[in-house]
Amino acid sequence: MTLLQAGMALRPPPGLRLASVSALLLAGLMLFGPWLAPYDPTEVALDLKLMGPSLAHPLGTDHLGRDVLSRLMAGAQVSLGAVAAILALVLTLGVGIGSLAGMAGGRTDAAIMRVCDAFLTIPTFILALFFVGVLGTGPANVVTAVVLSHWAWYARMARALVAGLKRQDYVLAARVAGTGRLMTVVRHILPAVLAQMAILASLDIGHMMLHVSGLSFLGLGVTPPDPEWGVMINDARAVLWTQPVLVLWPGLMIMLTVMTFNRLGDGLRDALDPALQAGGKAP
Amino acid sequence: MRRLIAVRLLLLGPMLLAVSLAVFTVLRLGRGDPALDYLRISGIPPSDAALLEARRLLGLDRPLPEQYWSWLADAARLDFGRSYVTGRPVLDEILHHLPATLQLAGVSLLVTLAFSVPLGLWAALRRDRWPDRVARGLAFVGVSVPNFWLGFLLVLLFSVTLGWLPAMGRGGWQHMVMPVLAVSLMSLCINTRLVRAAALEVLNQRHVLYARLRGLPEHRVLTRHVLRNALVPVVTATGMHLGELLGGTMVVESIFGWPGIGRLAVSAIHNRDYPVLQGFILLMTVVFVLCNLAVDIAGAWIDPRQRRLAMGGRREFLP
Repeated sequence: MTLLQAGMALRPPPGLRLASVSALLLAGLMLFGPWLAPYDPTEVALDLKLMGPSLAHPLGTDHLGRDVLSRLMAGAQVSLGAVAAILALVLTLGVGIGSLAGMAGGRTDAAIMRVCDAFLTIPTFILALFFVGVLGTGPANVVTAVVLSHWAWYARMARALVAGLKRQDYVLAARVAGTGRLMTVVRHILPAVLAQMAILASLDIGHMMLHVSGLSFLGLGVTPPDPEWGVMINDARAVLWTQPVLVLWPGLMIMLTVMTFNRLGDGLRDALDPALQAGGKAP
Repeated sequence: MRRLIAVRLLLLGPMLLAVSLAVFTVLRLGRGDPALDYLRISGIPPSDAALLEARRLLGLDRPLPEQYWSWLADAARLDFGRSYVTGRPVLDEILHHLPATLQLAGVSLLVTLAFSVPLGLWAALRRDRWPDRVARGLAFVGVSVPNFWLGFLLVLLFSVTLGWLPAMGRGGWQHMVMPVLAVSLMSLCINTRLVRAAALEVLNQRHVLYARLRGLPEHRVLTRHVLRNALVPVVTATGMHLGELLGGTMVVESIFGWPGIGRLAVSAIHNRDYPVLQGFILLMTVVFVLCNLAVDIAGAWIDPRQRRLAMGGRREFLP
């Protein structure tokens, strides 16, 4: 309750409040979507195919008679879950490797950064496409491919932040006072790095969402019976001329997700940046 | 300027070497046996003898460094091997598909710049009034639209409902309209925001005030003193989301049956056609690096300060 009151006292702009609510709803869908769905999202009923909206099926049914609303809700788990997994992995990998380079300096730093450069040379989506080609299709491989194509951006930023922070007086003081290397990083450097990474990450969620759904749309991610938003758009293309409304819903969900997290990222940046500029800049 | 180009072209060599080594390693460490895929695609039953024969044919029985070396030596002569599927040289396949992609991406880039610069500038000049609000609103919504979904919406509107534009294929300008819109919307929105922010910053500077005080006509102030300065960050940013634009074409091609490199890559992925995949990633690297070089040249041309920076900065890259 106090957290909520504190949040309200900040008086965030209405757009930001709306985005927060929407993010909570999306998170709820991601966690409980398949259980909240009124029908089995993969249940085929050919006698019910391509029905318009009705009380039983609020958004109608698709070309195999599956309930569109149920598929949207269950698909949220796959689409958003994939993004959540990518985010966690990219942050761990990026911050881990970046901090290592920033703390180590010298040859280790140079070697890691050259590897990063090689990854940064190629556009992320094209790199992800290549990795899917190497690893094979499937949801887990799409996640891995997007992680492999994004981590270097995070590593480079984390490295720059850590390299700046490690010369700060308060960090040097901790070192002089006898704090071990690892402890210094964990206690004194990472908190400042993570705030900055959170901004980058929240602005990048939309990107990841578009990459995951794009790869799925190309038929490289989730395999057909399972629901996923990008796959649903691909399914709907076959009936684009007869039942155009089917292509609408999954696209709107993707768009809503991207808008939500872009707005949150903007808000986060506005809220966190002044503090970071005062405390986090390299001398 | 000439030195900038020469140095960057020289750097392309080691960069490609690094990427090729990484690509080779990843493909060899990756799952599966290429010989098996080769047999499957060729329709030969995978007996032990056939596998051995395929491995010998593809050079997979030799030690890894030797394989890399011979592959590199071939690649240096622009021989990237043959596609498992069509049996044609990979380079031919890629060069056959590349023009369509470059056309789509190039026109999209032009459209992006042609619309985002005036729109951003207009928004900045009418700050907080309706043009600014509209531009900002559009930019916020536009960056969130998945390009493949936008493609379908356009097909619904222009092909299904109005019947004005062909839904598939590559031909005259009518075929270009929808793919270009689908590819460029996101870059256009990002760019509009950037131009607006950059123009606002420049508008507040003293040299603009001074230019106005000197009694220069407003259009002169805008083109000479505001736009040129505002374009500097925009050019830099263009280099960055050029990659997004190229990536976007990969998806959009599949919607409109655009016979570009994205379709080639997707079918190579489905068929596990490794030689094509290898050639694809290497050539995209070259294309992207060259595009970035062009962007840097444009930046140096607009902003004389960058010319000196680019010259002084070169030592950082060379050992």
